[in-house]
Amino acid sequence: MTDAPVLEMRHIRKTFPGVVALDDVDFELRRGEVHILLGENGAGKSTLMKILSGAYQKSAGQIIFDDAEVEIKNPKHAQTLGISTIYQEFNLIPHLSVGENIFLGREPARMPGLIDQRAIFQAATRALNDLGLTLDPRRLVKELRVAEQQMVEVAKALSLDARILIMDEPTAALTEHEIGELFTTIRKLKEKGVSIVYISHRMEELFEIGDRVTVLRDGRTVGTYDVRGMSKSELIRLMVNRELTELFPKERVTRGAEVLRVEGLSTKDGLKDISFSLHKGEVLGISGLLGAGRTELARAIFGLDKITSGTIYINGERRRINSPRAAINSGIGFLTEDRKSQGLVLPLSVKENLCLPSVDKFSSWGVMDSGKEERAADGYVKELRIKTPNLNQKVVFLSGGNQQKVVLSKWLCCEAEVFIFDEPTRGVDVGAKTEIYQLMNRLTAAGVAIIMISSEMLEVLGMSDRVLVMRAGSIACEFNDGEATQERILQCALGE
Amino acid sequence: MRSRGIILRGNFLSHYGRQLGTLSGLLGLVVVLWALTPHFLTVSNLLNVAEQATIIAIVAVGMTFVIITAGIDLSVGSVLAFAGVVMASLLHAGLPLPLALAAGLGTGLLCGVVNGLLITVGRLPPFIATLGMMSVARGSALMFTEGRPISGFPESFRSLATGDVMGIPVPVVIMLVVYAIAHFVLRRTKLGRYTYAIGGNEEAALLSGINVKLYKTMVYGLAGMLSGLAAILLTARLNSAQPIAGMNYELDAIAATVIGGTSLLGGEGTVVGTLIGALIMAVLRNGLNLLGVSSFIQQVVIGSVIIAAVLIDMWLKRRGK
Ligand SMILES: Nc1ncnc2c1ncn2[C@@H]1O[C@H](COP(=O)(O)OP(=O)(O)OP(=O)(O)O)[C@@H](O)[C@H]1O
Ligand SMILES: [Mg+2]
Repeated sequence: MTDAPVLEMRHIRKTFPGVVALDDVDFELRRGEVHILLGENGAGKSTLMKILSGAYQKSAGQIIFDDAEVEIKNPKHAQTLGISTIYQEFNLIPHLSVGENIFLGREPARMPGLIDQRAIFQAATRALNDLGLTLDPRRLVKELRVAEQQMVEVAKALSLDARILIMDEPTAALTEHEIGELFTTIRKLKEKGVSIVYISHRMEELFEIGDRVTVLRDGRTVGTYDVRGMSKSELIRLMVNRELTELFPKERVTRGAEVLRVEGLSTKDGLKDISFSLHKGEVLGISGLLGAGRTELARAIFGLDKITSGTIYINGERRRINSPRAAINSGIGFLTEDRKSQGLVLPLSVKENLCLPSVDKFSSWGVMDSGKEERAADGYVKELRIKTPNLNQKVVFLSGGNQQKVVLSKWLCCEAEVFIFDEPTRGVDVGAKTEIYQLMNRLTAAGVAIIMISSEMLEVLGMSDRVLVMRAGSIACEFNDGEATQERILQCALGE
Repeated sequence: MRSRGIILRGNFLSHYGRQLGTLSGLLGLVVVLWALTPHFLTVSNLLNVAEQATIIAIVAVGMTFVIITAGIDLSVGSVLAFAGVVMASLLHAGLPLPLALAAGLGTGLLCGVVNGLLITVGRLPPFIATLGMMSVARGSALMFTEGRPISGFPESFRSLATGDVMGIPVPVVIMLVVYAIAHFVLRRTKLGRYTYAIGGNEEAALLSGINVKLYKTMVYGLAGMLSGLAAILLTARLNSAQPIAGMNYELDAIAATVIGGTSLLGGEGTVVGTLIGALIMAVLRNGLNLLGVSSFIQQVVIGSVIIAAVLIDMWLKRRGK
């Protein structure tokens, strides 16, 4: 690694109607380094990177690339400069093969208009081998795991001769094992002299992979530091500018009566004979690998997938739940893992999204009581510190973590007795994570029961009273309070 | 600390900013036509324009609801014709006026509900379902009348078109009432909220416990019923129900909706915008007529206005980046 900066961003400012997203940001990137961008939800990390990748135009400031000032006009221009971005939503075409995706738009041709398939697959194999990957370039992208799709994006960026690679929360949808694979790839890229900007809310990752870190707060640079020599608590303090109490503030509540019992549940989507029960005041953690059937279980209970056999009891009463409406009426709330495609109606406002499942609460004879609605929404915005200029801001304009908070409030507003949280803290900053955990405490103290599906082992261990581990559509193990450890959960999930 | 750099903005502009743009377009048009032909800005001509706009404007309300759900309804014009002839024949058969009117509305409602069921229960794309209905309803109207218009109605019925309330023609009053109700429904009721939610993200709506099938069917039913209402007003005005009435009305209604800022992608739109859109089309037609522009050229001009309006809209939206 050399110290020469490849890129400098100076005094960057970016405003949106009614919002100053970036006020005065300085950022410097060296050759072959992994540079972490750290900051709370809405601090401006994604916006800064969108300016660098040409998706947004800066309102003021300078970008200096290779010692010359550049105006990055659009994403295509950024690519020709050697700046590539791996977005959270991948830009791959599902029905094309890996190779075709890597060379999309610049297919090798023997004659104009005639694609040379052989050359594509050879070049793609080379690009993938370069990264130490053994992915068949003929496979269709839609058949790949999320992590593999991400690798294809990386290979594509490299084949474009990327010198700067931007990764905005790349691990949000990956399992622990896949994160390891990604890190191996990142180290290979570093050796090649590629500079990487890495955004993540998982503090452990930063120490594992980062060289330097720049902290943003409220659209301003707090400072740039060497990762070595920094401690987690110091970084958190720089980031949130207030003292944070312990990360997992778990408070135990004496377990109440049984609220939910599932007996012998099976579905067409691969759930096999699932039985468990849930009590008032309890957090039941559900762990397992991607594809173990955790989300399917939640969908089945919530009436989304057809149940082929088995019964669900609520408060001892047998219920037929065949639609989300029926589930909500039975007192179940479901926070889905994918906020963009399932959680939010992006063109609607914060207020409208927040009150969607509980519209009945805010209306009489079908007419909305906007005052009541506004007061409720305002309460949640304050309580969860949702960063938004006003209640009528469309959620599409909120930062990722703040969108997640809106989805969460939407279910809180519904006042369910049983909550299913699928990856509740995905993309949420450390401060807000703790706030969400405290909120779970308050819910359980009030007698609510929570099923928490999570891929973050520490979260499962830190917040659950009991842990179920799923494997291949069944419950493989159950750990009572104090029995669960990282190793035991992993062993059970892998079936060793 | 947290609110640093955040400027509060009234929600008026965020809701109606887009409509102010369209409205200034309409006013600009009015000024230009006034300069070109003084006769344009007379009370009698403006009332005439409003009356011309009513039929399309009413149909376009239903279209706006449908488009907000990210759907489309190609059958509105044919449904109008069918509802018109059903009502007319019942009137001729001696049915009391209120019942005949109810039958007109009901026929429209029924066609719309069938559309809705084909789309929700039958899972057909709205384009296909309503394309089919467009042909079925038109064919039924022609079969029903053997292709002949049904003409001549009692004065009580015709007064729906010829009467006035304090100088304002009854159809215009009805149109304004329809718009006021529709605006209220979209902004302030559960049905309205769900309409936006379904169009903005159907899956998220479903997961929020919304009975998507029911509400979508209601929206198509509403569009059909408003076609029925338009049929009543048109029949009263012409004193004749024609099986070929309402040809291409679906296209005019879509145009008014889109000029008014409703996105074909769903989740966005207002009836206020649609009303302005419908008025722009009517003003343009009227002005061009007064100027003696041939109907061939009129089509070219109107088509260009639609394209220009949407281009400007998209350009304004992109500028935010
Ligand atoms: N297109 C936009 N229109 C209006 N406001 C925007 C837009 N994009 C971002 N913002 C605002 O700018 C601020 C910074 O957002 P940004 O997405 O950069 O945050 P972030 O640091 O990436 O947060 P997170 O960790 O939650 O992803 C937020 O307050 C957000 O609401
Ligand atoms: Mg972000």
